[in-house]
Amino acid sequence: MLNYIFAGIIALSLIFSVFTGNTKALADAVINGAEESVRLLITMAGMLTLWSGIMEIASKGGLTELFSRILSPVMIRLFKNVKKDSRILRLISMNVSANMLGLGNAATPLGLSAVKEMKRLSGESDRATDDMIVFVVMNTASIQIMPTMVATLRQSYKSTHPFSILPEVWISSACALAVGLTLAKILIKK
Amino acid sequence: MPAFIAVVVIYGLIKKVPVFDTFSSGAREGFKTLYSIAPTLIGLIVAVNMFKASGAIDFLCDKITPAADYLGFPKEIVPMILLRPVSGGGSTALLTDIYKNYGPDSFAGEVASVLAGSTETTFYAIAVYFGSVGIKKIRHTLIAALAADFTAAVMAVLTVRLMN
Repeated sequence: MLNYIFAGIIALSLIFSVFTGNTKALADAVINGAEESVRLLITMAGMLTLWSGIMEIASKGGLTELFSRILSPVMIRLFKNVKKDSRILRLISMNVSANMLGLGNAATPLGLSAVKEMKRLSGESDRATDDMIVFVVMNTASIQIMPTMVATLRQSYKSTHPFSILPEVWISSACALAVGLTLAKILIKK
Repeated sequence: MPAFIAVVVIYGLIKKVPVFDTFSSGAREGFKTLYSIAPTLIGLIVAVNMFKASGAIDFLCDKITPAADYLGFPKEIVPMILLRPVSGGGSTALLTDIYKNYGPDSFAGEVASVLAGSTETTFYAIAVYFGSVGIKKIRHTLIAALAADFTAAVMAVLTVRLMN
């Protein structure tokens, strides 16, 4: 899938740039994109490394248990095959809790470990399991309680009520998550 | 965030966790993770940049505007709806552009805010999670995830229209 997306985007871009006369801009985009992505990785590196270390302390201290105990009844119903493996379930619950709190940088390493464990469970196949689909769909939807970035941006553009959009955000993201998960479950069954 | 870190470290100390050793070993894992996602990320960001620069995204927007009008989407946010699942940085750039031109409290500004707050960078999440463990057959993931994104866009317009 990713192979087709990658090839498709690049091929379409080349064709379009010829028609629109943006070939120079396209060449710049390649150079800038490569540079920009490394800059992003460097920006991420500090936070990702820091959070991984902090979360390791939290996890060793037993904070993980607390989070997963609250979320696991929901997760057990969503993930059919991992329920025997409490370690994966705990990673998933922690990933979801971190996402809800807006700690995206903390959520990613937890989620990556969860997916790695799910792959081990599937016998190292290169095909996504049902649980992986549910998990990734959950991570492509936003389940943030407090969208800090948007609120900060609104404030800096002199909004008279930067936080007034919160109820709308909650309703929209809950509906989006519900549709994504329902569709994933339906398509898996087929 | 600093409070969260302090709470975790002090909590760890109380629970008799060797906090710095534990931190180091966890942090090492985090750095390894970064190393494994770097190639995927670089490839995808270059592809998205090419897509934007070639004018393909503008062409798509022009095609979609009549449909957007029909659905009651403000046309100012159409490029953002299209870019949101693909590029986090790109859609943030479009969001600030909308704030600058129409104001954060305008209809378009509020819809764009709700959209940004209730969605994630779908392609990035898929690439990171499946890319890191070498999953090639992603089955229905993309369809379900994009349906969620579309729902968020429809709901952003609806909620802003009905709740203000």
